[in-house]
Amino acid sequence: MEFAELIKTPRVDGVVLHRPFMPTVEGTLCLTGHHLILSSRQDNTEELWLLHSNIDSIEKRFLGSLGTIIVKCKDLRMIQLDIPGMEECLNIGSSIEALSTLDSVSLMYPYFYRPMFEVIEDGWNSFLPEDAFKDLEAMTDEWRLSEVNRDFRVCTTYPPLVAVPRDVDDDTLRKAAGFRHGGRFPVLSYYHKKNGMVMMRSGQPLTGTNGRRCKEDERLINATLRPGKRGYVIDTRTISVAQQAKARGGGFETEANYPQWRRIHKAIERSNVLQDSLVKLVEACNDQSHSMDRWLSKLEASNWQTHVKEILTTACLAAQCIDREGASVLVHGTEGTDSTLQVTSLAQIILDPACRTIQGFQGLVEREWLQAGHPFAQRCSMSAYSNSKPRHEAPGFLLFLDCVWQVLRQFPCSFQFTEQLLVLLFEHAYASQFGTFLGNSAAERVRLSLPEKTVSLWSWVNRPQEIDHLSNPLYEPNSLVIWPSVAPQSLLLWEGVFLRWNRSPRCQEEAHEEMVHIIEYNKELQNKVNSLRRQLAQLETQEPPLQTP
Amino acid sequence: EEHERYFNVEQVRLLDRFSSKSTSGTLYLTATHLIFVESSPSSPSSAVLHHHIASVEKLSLTTTGCPLVIQCRNFRVVHFVLQRERDCHDIYSSLLRLLRPVAYEELYAFSYNPKQNDQQREEGWQLIDLGAEYERMGVPCDQWQLTDVNRDFKVCETYPRDLYVPITANKPIIVGSSKFRSKGRFPVLTYFYQEKKAAVCRCSQPLSGFSARCLEDESMLQAISKANHNSRFVYVMDTRPKLNALANRAAGKGYENEDNYSNIRFQFVGIENIHVMRASLQKLLEVIGNRSLSMSDYLMGIEGCGWLRHVKAVVDAAIFLTKAVTVEGASVLVHCSDGWDRTAQVCSLGALLMDPYYRTIKGFMVLIEKDWISFGHKFADRCDQLDGDPKEVSPVFTQFLECVWQLTEQFPQAFEFSEWFLLQIHEHVHSCQYGNFLGNNQRQREELQLREKTHSLWAFLMEEQQNYQNPFYSSVYGKTHPVLEPSTLPYHFKFWRNMYHQFDRSMHPRQSILKTIHTLKETSLKSAQTLRALENLNKEVHLNTSAWPKGKESSYYVDCFQCCVGHTKE
Repeated sequence: MEFAELIKTPRVDGVVLHRPFMPTVEGTLCLTGHHLILSSRQDNTEELWLLHSNIDSIEKRFLGSLGTIIVKCKDLRMIQLDIPGMEECLNIGSSIEALSTLDSVSLMYPYFYRPMFEVIEDGWNSFLPEDAFKDLEAMTDEWRLSEVNRDFRVCTTYPPLVAVPRDVDDDTLRKAAGFRHGGRFPVLSYYHKKNGMVMMRSGQPLTGTNGRRCKEDERLINATLRPGKRGYVIDTRTISVAQQAKARGGGFETEANYPQWRRIHKAIERSNVLQDSLVKLVEACNDQSHSMDRWLSKLEASNWQTHVKEILTTACLAAQCIDREGASVLVHGTEGTDSTLQVTSLAQIILDPACRTIQGFQGLVEREWLQAGHPFAQRCSMSAYSNSKPRHEAPGFLLFLDCVWQVLRQFPCSFQFTEQLLVLLFEHAYASQFGTFLGNSAAERVRLSLPEKTVSLWSWVNRPQEIDHLSNPLYEPNSLVIWPSVAPQSLLLWEGVFLRWNRSPRCQEEAHEEMVHIIEYNKELQNKVNSLRRQLAQLETQEPPLQTP
Repeated sequence: EEHERYFNVEQVRLLDRFSSKSTSGTLYLTATHLIFVESSPSSPSSAVLHHHIASVEKLSLTTTGCPLVIQCRNFRVVHFVLQRERDCHDIYSSLLRLLRPVAYEELYAFSYNPKQNDQQREEGWQLIDLGAEYERMGVPCDQWQLTDVNRDFKVCETYPRDLYVPITANKPIIVGSSKFRSKGRFPVLTYFYQEKKAAVCRCSQPLSGFSARCLEDESMLQAISKANHNSRFVYVMDTRPKLNALANRAAGKGYENEDNYSNIRFQFVGIENIHVMRASLQKLLEVIGNRSLSMSDYLMGIEGCGWLRHVKAVVDAAIFLTKAVTVEGASVLVHCSDGWDRTAQVCSLGALLMDPYYRTIKGFMVLIEKDWISFGHKFADRCDQLDGDPKEVSPVFTQFLECVWQLTEQFPQAFEFSEWFLLQIHEHVHSCQYGNFLGNNQRQREELQLREKTHSLWAFLMEEQQNYQNPFYSSVYGKTHPVLEPSTLPYHFKFWRNMYHQFDRSMHPRQSILKTIHTLKETSLKSAQTLRALENLNKEVHLNTSAWPKGKESSYYVDCFQCCVGHTKE
């Protein structure tokens, strides 16, 4: 077994664990193939079970023979282990480094994990495209489910089934795919029931410097327009970035070739910029200096909040085109796997009440992120503490979750779930016992046999006790479109993720418990009142007793 | 004097500050308010109290009409467009005349009549009793006494009549000390921490110049020290930046020389003066008033204006004070220059951290009454109640309320009141509708006969107190956490949107947790009543089915039913 070779020292006694806002624990440190475990061997003390894959980087320090390892996790937590013995400390350190950076997917924990809970519904089958399409079919017959990508040949990052206009045949799709980055031809992302308008997404058109055009591509997207109606192309890049893309064979839809479409450019940053932003933000949050100016200037310099605002603004724009202007929309950036998905998924949060339920939100993540080919494995292989130079890493999904949190903050009664679900998805996207976020596309997930060999996160989330835990007690279904404010004054730093380990959680938790208590007490009273009323009403309808003379 | 005649202008447009939306309606000018009534009958009217107006500006004529921009002290900004320039000018010049009266008697409080009789009004003024408050703290006691030295405002005209001093501080010491202190504000007790018998005292800066000393003042501090057996020394907190205190020496003022006072520990805490605070808030408002503000400009603007840095400095000072008193058991003497701005902030905020009573609705009123009103925070000058010196205006009290808000954010269960309470107090500090905050000190208030001629805000707030309750408040919290220990890491200080954008609805969350929970709590209260009524009825019915009170039951039943239905559909 390869793991054994990597574990030079499997256990050390007398290790002291320091965690913020928690008492220190002394115990035995054990390394297994997938976990770092600290056990105090006392029943009532919480032990540390940390997935190696959650470790972003470590830092070693020595003071005499006492070694200290600071473990920095992908969920942004930082813990400190004081390890007696220099050799032990060095061994533990190098083992952790090796185990947390395993290259082979098949060695990942999800392949070894066996659920300790009863799987009621297999999450791998919870959100199948054909089921989603059934809902669409009930609303309109203008769309069909194409199998053109059955074997992932037309587009390696699309799922086998995609929804396309009914009147466009597979041959046209194949040709359009040849004209789009990564073969990502325009497909349906969202159908707005209220007015029949749609949102599509794709990769950039490959016009190049010569202004190449593709009749099939034009036909495909024009087929989504109602007679006499114009649509909007929302390009998530600035015009200058889009212009530059031409030199590399990319480009954008020109007015000449797409006269029925109005193009709007926005400025959502690319992966490497976002990763840099995350690193700077987390660094700012961990700065323990008491200077207000320093904090604010670091927060500003990280640009994180700017990205949040830009993404939300673009999503609002897409939603506005659809709901207010009554126009269909095509969204793309360059590859169509990052900023595009942020916009299409957030627009649905705004437009579609179904996406604001626990199940609906999972469906949205499944459809618009996992099936749509966001390369999770590449994007989430490192988080904010990694010392390696980022290659494909980017917090695009985290930014999406942050934006959802902003909307949730502004509409605290319109979501069936709480912030907890968002935090949970963030954690599992970066490190998990479940197979859901492994791989980069539907094709890879099939190749890795994930549905057969690993457990789905949704299997775990959709158990009654977990649903209960994630439910928002304030939820009142709201069938309306919800327009968030994108003014800087309305957008906040997501403390639940970025300051999670820097503040004592007790106060907030207690207030939340109090809120739950108030709501439950209210319900209980209502029920009692109702049942008493029923009893009385029954008594009243009974025959009145005979009057005694 | 004849009241300003009502007049109105039709077809006025009210522009939304942050969007392109506008509504049209009629503008009415009355003696006390500027009222805008929207044309569509269902929409509510909005009124601006003249006293709330900080500035009126007539912008240059545009194609759509003549714009009139009104900035208010409660951070409301109204932008009207009037069709005719003449109307605009009339409103403008009338407002200029009305917004800053020259005599106190012209303020709204003297004409405001909430339909209360004299007895009710008098009871309202008796609601807060500072004598009882000092008793609650445990003074007078064996170490602290009530002195009558200022009974006639003779020793210090900006202090209240009743003052508490160490028992060993006799009249010559007090009078001597007062002569050595700016504006005669000698050291007196403001809070007594019973558990450690440690006192929080306040005063103004000593008139020490470069070398002057005063034996009575030294004895005064000695007396304060001796009154506390827990500590061998007294902290003297000068809340100013050191540089400012040094500069004051040239004007014959300054700070205590540790060599002259036995057993003191001197400490600067560096809160900026009223002019810096005024400019800072002004800059903040400019930043956030920007219509298409980028995130970067917003964050740089918040940093650049320094407001949150100043708020943090005040909280930091209060924490220093609290630790000295509660952890070390030392008494602390707090002062700044005159001892009515920064000193009031630090003393009251410190007391709030030390004593759960001040975190209740009633207790918070008492705290403001004691540390701000009675000790002579110059509300009239700072809030620009009369036409006065603009350099005297400063948002010191607003800043204090903000510090409290920042604490409520860190301790959601510690305060009986919600943010709405703070906002309402802020509203009325500037409205001049109630007598409490009029004038600059107690002596002046007595001269104005405010108790006889105006109403008290506290009674009004008390009556409405259910609106200001924090639904998350836990009365147990104060017992388990008598002393609050806030973190002052910078990210705990946030921009107070609901204060500075309170009238900009588009900035607010579209649904409010506070409001929802509030409603639920009220619903529960009503349901509990209904439940009790139903249970009694049920018992009655079961006990005596033969005497079935048919008619009575039905109407009773209907009452209960409506009570339930009425609020489930809230």
